[in-house]
Amino acid sequence: MSDETPDARAALDATDDPGELAEITGDVIEQIQASVTEPHAPSELDPTRPPILEVENLRMYFPVKSGGVIRRTIGQVQAVDGISFQVPAGGALGLVGESGCGKSTTGRLITRLYTPTGGSIRFGEKGEHDLVKLSNREMKPLRQDVQMIFQDPYSSLNPRHTVGTIVGAPLIVHNVVPKNQVLNRVQQLLEVVGLNPEHYNRYPSEFSGGQRQRIGIARALALQPKLLVADEPVSALDVSIQAQVINLLQDLQKEFDIAFLFIAHDLAVVRHFCPEVAVMYLGKIVEIGDRETLYARPHHPYTQALLSAVPDVKQAVIGGRRERIRLEGDVPSPINPPSGCRFRTRCSLAKEICAKVEPPLMQIGKRHKVACHFAAELGQAPARPVTADLLGVDDQGNTTSGPVTPISTQPGYADDWIDLDARV
Amino acid sequence: MTALTAPRPGDAAANSPEPYLVVEDLTVKFPTENGLVNAVTGLSYSLELGKTLGIVGESGSGKSVSSMAVLGLHDEKRSRIQGSIRVGGTEIIGLSQKRLNQMRGNDVAMIFQDALAALHPFYRVGDQLVEAFALHHPSASKRDARKKAIEALDRVGIPQPDSRVDDFPHQFSGGMRQRVMIAMGLINSPNLLIADEPTTALDVTVQAQILDLLQDLQREFNSAIIMITHDLGVIAEMADDVLVMYAGRAVEYGSCKEILSHPEMPYTWGLLSSVPDVTASTDSRLIPIPGTPPSLLDPPTGCAFHPRCLHKDKVPGNLCSTELPMLTPGRHQGHLKRCHLADSDAIYVQEVLPEFDPGLAAELADTTTDDEAPR
Repeated sequence: MSDETPDARAALDATDDPGELAEITGDVIEQIQASVTEPHAPSELDPTRPPILEVENLRMYFPVKSGGVIRRTIGQVQAVDGISFQVPAGGALGLVGESGCGKSTTGRLITRLYTPTGGSIRFGEKGEHDLVKLSNREMKPLRQDVQMIFQDPYSSLNPRHTVGTIVGAPLIVHNVVPKNQVLNRVQQLLEVVGLNPEHYNRYPSEFSGGQRQRIGIARALALQPKLLVADEPVSALDVSIQAQVINLLQDLQKEFDIAFLFIAHDLAVVRHFCPEVAVMYLGKIVEIGDRETLYARPHHPYTQALLSAVPDVKQAVIGGRRERIRLEGDVPSPINPPSGCRFRTRCSLAKEICAKVEPPLMQIGKRHKVACHFAAELGQAPARPVTADLLGVDDQGNTTSGPVTPISTQPGYADDWIDLDARV
Repeated sequence: MTALTAPRPGDAAANSPEPYLVVEDLTVKFPTENGLVNAVTGLSYSLELGKTLGIVGESGSGKSVSSMAVLGLHDEKRSRIQGSIRVGGTEIIGLSQKRLNQMRGNDVAMIFQDALAALHPFYRVGDQLVEAFALHHPSASKRDARKKAIEALDRVGIPQPDSRVDDFPHQFSGGMRQRVMIAMGLINSPNLLIADEPTTALDVTVQAQILDLLQDLQREFNSAIIMITHDLGVIAEMADDVLVMYAGRAVEYGSCKEILSHPEMPYTWGLLSSVPDVTASTDSRLIPIPGTPPSLLDPPTGCAFHPRCLHKDKVPGNLCSTELPMLTPGRHQGHLKRCHLADSDAIYVQEVLPEFDPGLAAELADTTTDDEAPR
């Protein structure tokens, strides 16, 4: 047990019966409730923590069936195609991208709501469980540790169940507290998320959107998970309520030492909540790195375009207008993705090599990886592909006899990396 | 000065002709089983051709209800509307359905938030566009109307418009459907376009495309745009003037730059401080507005925002909870605010801004380094 592990988790681990949950004390509740309306600084990265989740080469192909009586498979939607990343224990990784890029599918794969086509999802501080290989029965005890917060607080709560039933359901399913203490526990949870514990017998329709999202958070917290997959947890809420929920999630993360996979399309919210961010496009991670690097010096043209498209309050204050990179057209269909680099059909830098060779996700900084043949800061794209020598191809993407440098596809970061500045 | 000539948002010099849209003391109430819902109370603003007004507020603040009133979309039997709305000199309230139908789509058009729900799923996109055109051009031939529909699709940037015109709405992506909505709104070149959260359901890249498109079209046709949104970023990109609404009332009004850099109403401060910014310094903090928006069945006494206001103790006595503040002039000309705070700009610059964005506060304080390139 490392020293920085907060008390709640230590208390849980100390108990003999693994099913028993730590008591949520009144102090914890008071502390959270007092600090939720306080100003919150962005979350910080703690690089010393081991990863609690390690995803490697994860793939999910959905079959496309033909019409008629015999429904043959006529194609595949490559929703997630070979992604690798790590989530540190007690930390947060943000997944951003446009709709249809596979970020929600990734969340559902990690919670095993879908069975992946391939790859591995190693869970636990020692990576002892591979969630891909487990059967549903073997999965059940692990579901305590991996919980999910859904986007829509209206459709994710059963309208005919009371709040007490909804929040208490995971406790009963996993049989972690005696039946007669379920209500007590539910009331504690409601208090933690800032709801009145007396309201346990009300129905979801009696609550506002922000309160409903808190009910969903209480349900996800009920089993004291180690990892929470938050799929667009605030995008359905009003602006003033969004900040309350983000602050609540930050407090809970600190208090209970929960790791977050934070899926959202709002780049500003992700920047605030996650010290590390991965950008997805058409089922692949195109750039991943720590917040400072990714937002200040993005190296992938898609990340650059995404960031330039975010409307900016500040520009109206200071004056002046940022140059916006216009992306033409729509995201191509994942049934038949473009060859080579998937972004090339909308990319202003695309050359011949982009259609022939898929750019690997290569590490170009201490905590920064990018998948682009012409990776560089905005406006400084190199004349010849930076990857050509590494992949054993010439500048047009034709195979040559040159040496091929192996590029690690491991999740996480290595100690040495490809220094782009030195290569140009 | 009498009460009737109290400052009205958007009022220009006294002698200039009346702006294209004038809303005066608009009040909309809906009788329900639980009582009377005061959706909009005493709202006044005006808008000139070629300008964009941004209306900001949370759900239930009355921003959509007030704009629907401009189109006369409220059922007379189910709503009580008072006040005056003049579009190009024509009074909308009390106008016959026949006259309203002549105006809708022709003088005033609306772009709705959810394009999938607003387009009819059973009719081809082209037929829906043709209908919108033919209604106001009864003499146009079918072929002309179809040509016009293809032109409209082309103008909003839909590729291969002559084949896409025969597609159904479900065959379009979200961004394309929103373009179809815009094409439909613009097909009769209206003078006033009301866009109700036109980009809320869209991705940032598509949102940027749509906002660019609206700006290009505005330049081309010199139309007035009302942009209803809760996203201050969109306001910053689009609007000339901003109207902030809370609990059915206007609480702040002014030029876009003025409102975003020197807001004087604590609710606007809350909106600015509760949204993270992609370009802000990483030590910026997130300060939520406590509590939830009030029920419009029984709005709070005095200032409707006082139960959530972090600064009400700076006002002497319990003025905030007993007396409704008037819309009074703020720091600059044309800036109106509804707040009892005496020196609200100083409080914002010295207390609120350094708390949530120290970087910006330093930048504003140090006005000499204004030429630094924004990124």
